[in-house]
Amino acid sequence: MLTFPKGGAHPPEFKEQTAGLSIEVMPVPDELELILGQHIGAPCTPTVARKEEINEGALVGEVKRGLGVPLHSPVTGKIKAIGTSAHPMRVTAPSLTIGVDHEADPVQYPEQDWQSFDGSELLQKVNDAGIIGVGGAGFPTHVKLNPPAGSPVDILLLNGAECEPYITSDHRQMLEHAAEIVGGAGIILKILGINECYIGIESNKQDAIKVMTAAAEQASTGDCSIKIETLQVKYPQGSEKQLIQAITGRKVPAMALPSAVGVVVQNVSTAKAIYDGVVYGKPLYEKVVTIAGKGINKPANLLLKVGTRIKDIVDYLGGLEPGLSKIIMGGPMMGFAVSSLDIPITKTTSAILFLTEDEIDTSPHSQCIRCGWCLEACPMGLEPKEIGIYVEANRAEDTEPFGVFDCFECGSCAYVCPAKRPLVQFVRLAKMKAKRP
Amino acid sequence: MIKQQVSDDQTTAPVKLWKVSVSPHIKSSESVEKIMWTVVACLMPPLILSVFVFGIQTLFITAVSVVSCVVVEAVSQKALGRRVTIKDGSAVLTGLLLAFVIPPGVSPLLPILAAIFAIYIGKHLLGGIGYNFFNPALLGRAFLLASFPVAMTSAWLSPVEGFGIFSYLGTSIDAISTATPLAVMKEQGLAAFTEAFGSGAGLYTSFFLGWRPGCIGETSGLLLLLGGGYLLYRKYITYHIPVSILGTIAVLTWVFGGETYFRGDPLLALVTGGAILGAFFMATDYVTSPTTKISQIVYGICIGALTVLIRLKGGYPEGICYAILLMNPLSTVLDSWFKPKRFAPPQGGAE
Repeated sequence: MLTFPKGGAHPPEFKEQTAGLSIEVMPVPDELELILGQHIGAPCTPTVARKEEINEGALVGEVKRGLGVPLHSPVTGKIKAIGTSAHPMRVTAPSLTIGVDHEADPVQYPEQDWQSFDGSELLQKVNDAGIIGVGGAGFPTHVKLNPPAGSPVDILLLNGAECEPYITSDHRQMLEHAAEIVGGAGIILKILGINECYIGIESNKQDAIKVMTAAAEQASTGDCSIKIETLQVKYPQGSEKQLIQAITGRKVPAMALPSAVGVVVQNVSTAKAIYDGVVYGKPLYEKVVTIAGKGINKPANLLLKVGTRIKDIVDYLGGLEPGLSKIIMGGPMMGFAVSSLDIPITKTTSAILFLTEDEIDTSPHSQCIRCGWCLEACPMGLEPKEIGIYVEANRAEDTEPFGVFDCFECGSCAYVCPAKRPLVQFVRLAKMKAKRP
Repeated sequence: MIKQQVSDDQTTAPVKLWKVSVSPHIKSSESVEKIMWTVVACLMPPLILSVFVFGIQTLFITAVSVVSCVVVEAVSQKALGRRVTIKDGSAVLTGLLLAFVIPPGVSPLLPILAAIFAIYIGKHLLGGIGYNFFNPALLGRAFLLASFPVAMTSAWLSPVEGFGIFSYLGTSIDAISTATPLAVMKEQGLAAFTEAFGSGAGLYTSFFLGWRPGCIGETSGLLLLLGGGYLLYRKYITYHIPVSILGTIAVLTWVFGGETYFRGDPLLALVTGGAILGAFFMATDYVTSPTTKISQIVYGICIGALTVLIRLKGGYPEGICYAILLMNPLSTVLDSWFKPKRFAPPQGGAE
């Protein structure tokens, strides 16, 4: 079984709650809140006016200059307001409020033969569909699929590791949409003009490995090979640099993109979105989200319209359970704790966890005892303990030599720390004050 | 939950709020307390054995040491305006280790004074847990060795006969004191040593099991190894420090410890003089030892070399206590020399 060699942690998986639950379509609520900045880059500018009637899949926002992708309406309805929404990271963010027309007929997307398009046409379709990396980062996919001329790409990796505890949305996508994911891989291969694809899946998803292997064998032809690689269960196996090292043995240099070593990585759910966007011309405005934790009445894997507020999900799933202590968007290792049920999901939301007091850690932190466990856990070979000690001593600006800018905040160090030190928080503070090399 | 409370009774404001904090939201079940108390538990078998070797008063000396360390820790933290953390077990562990490195026949006044020096000056005045750069227990022993040299080098007891654990009670220590194996070897030579302790396989066995004069906790290499082995199994310590210390002691003793080169007795060097206690329980103290694996090996080799140097050329027969204390402050220096290997340096630039 493949894995990255250095560091990592073994948090409990907690996936049994939802791993067996099929993707369930949640009825559309009366109102959606569409955040305009869903991707990395410049936020979208609305292309619609207040009170304007819009159809499902219609363009409602676009990026005029800079990095970004267009935004589409997930429903047929009416723009109720152009204002701000609650946001997990930025407190508030510009958004569109859309009133849903429940009477409207569902939009039909006719199937097209993608083989008839050439690479640049396919790339344009990916951009038009508003596709971004849905695994969490939200990087515009068409940019990733158009690597700089100086770094030729020869391998495509699809990330099905899903190493975060609780989350099973990619797992269910692979079980239920294996053919589309593999089809998406074929489209990406054609765009990149290469013929080698590996799909990495952690060994705790044997059923998905089986289904995906069958689908990959069917799709592999003489000039294109798609293979499934079983990965060891170890956090952060799904991190881009670690996944590339585990499968290809290549190491992406600090401050560089995967294309520097000839690799493009896409999440399996992104591949599914690419398939839908190219074959059906259907923009990305729906998302499979795992709802789990002891704090929610009925855990589920839901197919949601982007813009669905957490409170509507809670109502649909039978309300909150007593003892709820923390609501997290994303996984428990890297997700954001949210303070309001008004926050809507975005294209990058993969889970909403409702965790009770006994599921989270609330113990106070103490002084660093220099045990060095964080050094062992860091997959990037950094020194989290030193960063923490420097930040506590008000010397955050001196932390660059300890590798603070290589840190992708996976949280392995803070997970293993016996003194329960908030090392990720220290790193974020250090990143704000230290000077980039 | 807030919603539920509000809907049940619209007039009461929600009392319990959700928590918001930076990721990760889950953490491993390991904690400082768990580590400290596990090490304390690993030291229980040798402590119990010491009662059967030197008599019941070892328990009394140990209790005095532990209680004084806890009291001094609490008073120091109160006095310095810090959070009192006696429940984390680190003061208990220091007290236990301090008792383990003093002779069983000393006055109970000694551990009290050592506890004040070790915990107040050695630990809290240097910044408290995490910042003290000397191992507190060994600092306590060094303080006693300098202040009460006679008691610390002569209050040794011969193993009791049978189960006569009360036999030393009420007797004058001066009348029964004896010498440790390495002291006999150093001061009186091999002949006197063989006469006093025997030779051959029986000698190693009785030393390894613990039947010989020595400090309270250093007697049984076997039980200390079992405790150390458990810490290795739990991954609280790694093999790097203990193996490099013991390996260096063995090799250097074999080379230089005999009458001519390559005639020394490495096995004897390992089962005497607190080598195992020092290597597994003192030198592996997180706060005062290096954190990267290479620096841990360098640190261990230096401790082993210094130990043999002190034993063969210095004034003390045991040596490991000062060897560890000399290397403690160099831990952070070693860490800054041998940094962990980064994932990959930036392209086309220096690391």
